[in-house]
Amino acid sequence: MQSQAYDAGKPAQDSAPNESDAQHIRAEHLRLLALAEETPLEAFLDSLDEQGLLPGWNLARGPEAGLVMIRGRIGGQGQPFNVGEALVTRCCVRLSKEQDILGCGYVLGERPRHAEMMAVLDALWQKPDLAPLFDKELDPVLARALQARYEADRAQSAATKVDFFTMVRGEDKD
Amino acid sequence: MYVAVKGGEKAIAAAHRLLRQERRGPCDIPELGLDQIAHQLKFAVDRVMAEASLYCPNLAALAIKQAAGDLQEAIFLLRAYRTTLPRFAASLPLETDCMRQSRRISATWKDLPGGQILGSTFDYTHRLLDRSLEGNASCDPAPCAVQETADNKAFACAAESQESPETPESAGSAGFRDTGSFPHPPRLPRASHALEQEGLLERSWSAYEQERQGRMEDAQTLAAIADITRDPLELPCDRPEDRPLRLQMLARADEGFLLGMAYSTQRGFGAVHPFTSELRRGLVECSIVPEELDFPLVIGELEVTECVTISRYTGTALDPCLTQGYGLVFGNNERKALSMSIADRALRAREMEEEETGPAQNPEFVLLHGDNVDASGFVQHIKLPHYVDFQAELSLIRELRKARANKAQDGAKDGAAKEGTETSGGAQA
Repeated sequence: MQSQAYDAGKPAQDSAPNESDAQHIRAEHLRLLALAEETPLEAFLDSLDEQGLLPGWNLARGPEAGLVMIRGRIGGQGQPFNVGEALVTRCCVRLSKEQDILGCGYVLGERPRHAEMMAVLDALWQKPDLAPLFDKELDPVLARALQARYEADRAQSAATKVDFFTMVRGEDKD
Repeated sequence: MYVAVKGGEKAIAAAHRLLRQERRGPCDIPELGLDQIAHQLKFAVDRVMAEASLYCPNLAALAIKQAAGDLQEAIFLLRAYRTTLPRFAASLPLETDCMRQSRRISATWKDLPGGQILGSTFDYTHRLLDRSLEGNASCDPAPCAVQETADNKAFACAAESQESPETPESAGSAGFRDTGSFPHPPRLPRASHALEQEGLLERSWSAYEQERQGRMEDAQTLAAIADITRDPLELPCDRPEDRPLRLQMLARADEGFLLGMAYSTQRGFGAVHPFTSELRRGLVECSIVPEELDFPLVIGELEVTECVTISRYTGTALDPCLTQGYGLVFGNNERKALSMSIADRALRAREMEEEETGPAQNPEFVLLHGDNVDASGFVQHIKLPHYVDFQAELSLIRELRKARANKAQDGAKDGAAKEGTETSGGAQA
């Protein structure tokens, strides 16, 4: 399973450049969805529902818990090695009307609801008619929240930034 | 041979009931919630995750609660649960350069590029019991008042400015870091970077990095990484190419054991004289290439502690230089990350053509005895009924004693007889 995934992961040289751009953008969207809290995702899905824009979906897989083997690199940049596993929840959905669109959700931890919302939002974000709405109303919210989290964490640790001074000891002066 | 016993079901069930009751404690004390354990006993949770080799704070908290605070028991519980889950994928190697750091220190460089951040730490505390924690103090709404000092702003600016020059070159196969509107954590240079540039640090892993950039790391290389949960350990496990496997085993090894091993090398049972080049802790993004997609996808952030120790090398395998030991552990666990990096370096004794003077340099000794689930299982099984074995042992001892007594008696008789014949002979003579 694992090696197949990686074989598929080899650079798709035959695909057109705009396709890889689309892939790149989708990867960024998935990243935002995975790193987001559940609340804004839920709120956005609710607002879609209120506007009558939320289509039905079928679960193609999951939500189910499983493992991902986490790898590190020796020295942070050398040969890869296995550090240990992490629990993840995954979920894949297909839209009821557009079966060719597959939405995919993978999140760390036991979070079936998050994984399903991620998959649904991923599927909908791929629809050309909904993408502008997502770009306008979901993307900035998630990006701002992420930026705010970065800032807050950084500010908290920044208060502990340290400057050490080396002392000249008595016996050293000659 | 171990012969099983039967019976005792009622007593065992009652013993387990009693355990549950004692775990809960008196009913007038409020029950512990998992979120309390996860947030207020975080070091325990992190230790359980690291040694169970399963990153999941909620389940680790549950295991601690179920084990009533016995961390090794909790590790066993979580390790056992791990075996019930399918593995979806393996991650791309974590980019710890892009860690969102809550702590970063170096004991070798005072003026570390990017700055030193103490973060939260037990270091420099006076280890005095804090009686103010006895009561139920209400939560301070602003526990760490963030000071918008010049320092703070400078740090933020430094982090941002480091991000920009790195961006174009870092847009590798795995990470799309060159995007405009999506916030990404900055990349911070490593403390040992300058040493490496100067050639004072061994080149083994930086050479690997160049190789990787030249020829993209393909599926086969990543799929071929040895995995102790899938492949049996093959001893002596002391070649340089065994290092990834050793590191995996060290990452899940018992913290106390690793600490003891690291301490033993420092005291002289081994040849490691380490300095902490860099110690980092923080959140790092984890990416996988799932079956359904043909591109990497970020699935969340993990907290890890990373430690690089460097120690002088004056042996024959390399020119005089500094060599490196590496530690990477789930959660906030500096003692273990540091011990792991020292043990990692000590285990490279053969590669470095060093004389083996301590157990920490022996992979068989360290790797086979460091796992506390293995160790505690084997040591603790001797509590279980061994009545038949013991009877066999006892009868063996009895036989031996009897044999020896008989021999002594025979010897005495023989001696007496011999003496008798001699004396009689003498008398005859």
